[in-house]
Amino acid sequence: MSTAIEETTARSGDPGELMAVAERVAGWARTGEDVEVYVARGDETEIRAYDGEVESLTSATSAGIGVRVVVDHRLGFAWAGSLDGSVLAETLEEARDNAAFATRDEHVQLAVPDGVAAVPVDLWDEGLAAVPTPAKVAAALTLEAQARGADPRIRQVSSADYGDGSVEVALVSTTGIRSAYRKTSGYLSVGVIAGEGDASQTGGGFSVGRGFEGLDPDRATADAVERAVRMLGATKGPSGRNTVVFDRRAATTLLSVISSALSGEAVAKGRSFFAGRIGEQVGGSVVTLVDDPTDPRAYGAAAYDGEGLACRRNELIAGGVLQGFLYDTIAGSRAGVASTGSAVRGGFAGTPGVGCRALTLAPGAEGYDEAGVLRAVGDGLFVQSMTGVHSGVNPISGDFSVGAEGLLIRDGKLAEPVREITVASTLQRMLHSLVAVGADVEWLPGIAAAQTLAIGDMQVSGV
Amino acid sequence: MIDTPVLERVLGAALRHGGEFAEVFAEDRSSSSAVLDDGRVEELSSGRDRGAGIRVVSGDTTGFAHTADLSESGLLKAAEAASAVARSGGGGATTVAVGPLHGDGGATRGGSGRPKVSKADSLELLGRADEAARAAGDAISQVQAGYGGSRRQVLIANSEGLLVGDEQFRTRFSVSCVAVGDTGMQTGFETAARTVGFELFDEVSVEDLARLAAGRALSKLSARPAPSGEVPVVLAGGSGGILFHEACGHGLEADHIVKDSSVYAGQVGEQVASPLVTLVDDGTVGTEWGTFGVDDEGRPAQRNVLIEDGILTDYLWDYLRARKEGRLSSGNGRRQTYQHLPMVRMTNTFLLPGKDDADEIVAQTPHGVYVAKLGGGQVNTTTGDFVFGTTEAYLIEDGKITEPLRDANLIGNGPEILKRVDAVATDFAMTPGTCGKDGQSVPVGCGQATLRITGVTIGGTAE
Repeated sequence: MSTAIEETTARSGDPGELMAVAERVAGWARTGEDVEVYVARGDETEIRAYDGEVESLTSATSAGIGVRVVVDHRLGFAWAGSLDGSVLAETLEEARDNAAFATRDEHVQLAVPDGVAAVPVDLWDEGLAAVPTPAKVAAALTLEAQARGADPRIRQVSSADYGDGSVEVALVSTTGIRSAYRKTSGYLSVGVIAGEGDASQTGGGFSVGRGFEGLDPDRATADAVERAVRMLGATKGPSGRNTVVFDRRAATTLLSVISSALSGEAVAKGRSFFAGRIGEQVGGSVVTLVDDPTDPRAYGAAAYDGEGLACRRNELIAGGVLQGFLYDTIAGSRAGVASTGSAVRGGFAGTPGVGCRALTLAPGAEGYDEAGVLRAVGDGLFVQSMTGVHSGVNPISGDFSVGAEGLLIRDGKLAEPVREITVASTLQRMLHSLVAVGADVEWLPGIAAAQTLAIGDMQVSGV
Repeated sequence: MIDTPVLERVLGAALRHGGEFAEVFAEDRSSSSAVLDDGRVEELSSGRDRGAGIRVVSGDTTGFAHTADLSESGLLKAAEAASAVARSGGGGATTVAVGPLHGDGGATRGGSGRPKVSKADSLELLGRADEAARAAGDAISQVQAGYGGSRRQVLIANSEGLLVGDEQFRTRFSVSCVAVGDTGMQTGFETAARTVGFELFDEVSVEDLARLAAGRALSKLSARPAPSGEVPVVLAGGSGGILFHEACGHGLEADHIVKDSSVYAGQVGEQVASPLVTLVDDGTVGTEWGTFGVDDEGRPAQRNVLIEDGILTDYLWDYLRARKEGRLSSGNGRRQTYQHLPMVRMTNTFLLPGKDDADEIVAQTPHGVYVAKLGGGQVNTTTGDFVFGTTEAYLIEDGKITEPLRDANLIGNGPEILKRVDAVATDFAMTPGTCGKDGQSVPVGCGQATLRITGVTIGGTAE
């Protein structure tokens, strides 16, 4: 094979150029077809430290395009990991060809501007680009050294990473959509192994932000070390019905799973246990669930959704009563409602789907932090991490069964550690059995807030 | 993809600042997929991704950069970025010679078939699957069928003179069904995936897949909650094999071993499992999902015996970890795309069949759980605790398979569970899966015959 050197139409540094690329491709639309062009470009740096040295340093730039074509209510999609001139035309042509094979469906259409103004959210850290690589390397090395020396029981630092990235996106369609956004992110992440005698336990911690400044290695390290060290001596816990307190990180996972049942697309296709239940009591009165990507504190905050419509606040459950679902343009059309600005897409290689970005439960009136929830519960099981969520939680049937590790709660305080146990219920029952919602809301990476939750009457399997 | 003199110049440039090893991994991947959902062909998608990752190793440090620009100037830019880690040493021109080229175009068996598939052919398969699933029972309310095919060409050159190419075709077909009954909704899933082109469908009947998926959803409509607590478990032949993938496969990856983050570190020569356990990882098996010609570091796939008659014989190795130990890679260096660093990964991992009769194993189990199909799993290699989910399971009562059970996760500790294997049958079968590690997904195979574990904790909701 020979190497073709093609014209490069976009280079990093000028956000206007991405928009120009998107407009150029959309301009190639033929009469009778609608075209949507999503163009993205990103930079990333990742440094992993190990044993006082840099284990790896990755630096990369990537760019790509995703094109949706709708002809006669038939949808085709194509993507390419390049913005070379010839690739753009090929990608449009391939999407067009794909459209011809899809089933005609009156609901298939591209988004059109709906008059909702985007709430500006500043997700760009100007300072990140100026941070020299040696400073980033130093951040990773410091994190590793700090974790290694944090506690005599830390035997190993299995990973200590610094990472950052920036992404710019332009979205243009022949139906009038024209949106662009950019965001930066930075993180420190550390994994430690604590040991005592033959026993080893692991813990992870991280600190995330929009850039380099403000990342907190102390916080990441303290979290990782506490999680590992307090599990030393863990035994298989007892079986039985128990109240389970999900720590903030575990609670994020829990909310994320529930969110997929709130997708209007899942509902329309009979894949949600919430289907047909609007107006009904689907949870206890403490359950008020809102997705609000316009909250600038949220990790998933965004001005525009994956189809270029303004993101907006959507109340899904109020006082335990189901209020509605989330929709993108096609799912909304199927349900006879407008898009709720809830299209999400995983980059240029994916088509939009319906999803949450910033789901949160209204904090309980008691204003509990973690210690407050533990005191309120008195006796139970505190879960600090779950495994097998992808294999053991089914948002269609609602079945919930996960591996867990954590600590017993006795007299309102954390007691001895337990591992190799499972925690089971159904999502439906769990929503009705929520006994406390913490006010300790924190926005961690993901699509849902982290806040301590206590759920009663769960089946714990251990010894 | 890239001319040899260009590769040589790029490798030379990568070592200009020092370092002992440099590598260019170039990849050209095209993929297509189609999804039929809710009775409609909703989406045909095509993707094209092409680029190169350049790695420079200096001491214990790896520098890595990737680019979608395969021109000499693009590659040289990436080489410069990757070599940033080696600024301390070297200096001046480095001459690298590679070749001759090995294995270009078809080193992977089964890769010479019919890559060019008409879109209409794949849609016809989707329609047939949809029809067969819906015909399986009136309670089937929803069917989603998906087809995916990819062609991946790789070219790997390194400063040790290696120059090797491979071409890998992969094809996958899956069906997922929802059934509705008095007790709510249940789901069933089945997939077929092989390292071949469209000739997958010479061997695989999409109607059979659809009936299996539908049957699973239907049988669970009358399922009772899975038990909770420790029970004897019989895993059906080909039910997933994920047990060994999680219980010990990941723990035998040398990156975990060298960081002492595996329960199996320092255990070579020790009895780590029941004498009935002989575990093999083999990237050369027929057209299984984890098969390839050369790994993503250019090393030919090979068969590696990991546990023989219960005794740990070896770990899995990639280039970096093997180099540190002064040995050769075992052909287990894999990466998701050119944008990722390679690491130690499994290929097709399986337990060799035993001598017992599958039906006899069930008949000799007075009480327990029979798992006909497993879902996913997850492991903490440091503690050895792992989970795996069921998607089709039944009670065993008085040596007979009786009532269906709702989905649940099982939890165990690798080294303990391996010792509890007390029967292995002859009815061996493999299944495909996707293995995720450190953010990278690669196709793998898993295999086993019917076997019994004397006790595993199952996390159902029944008391």
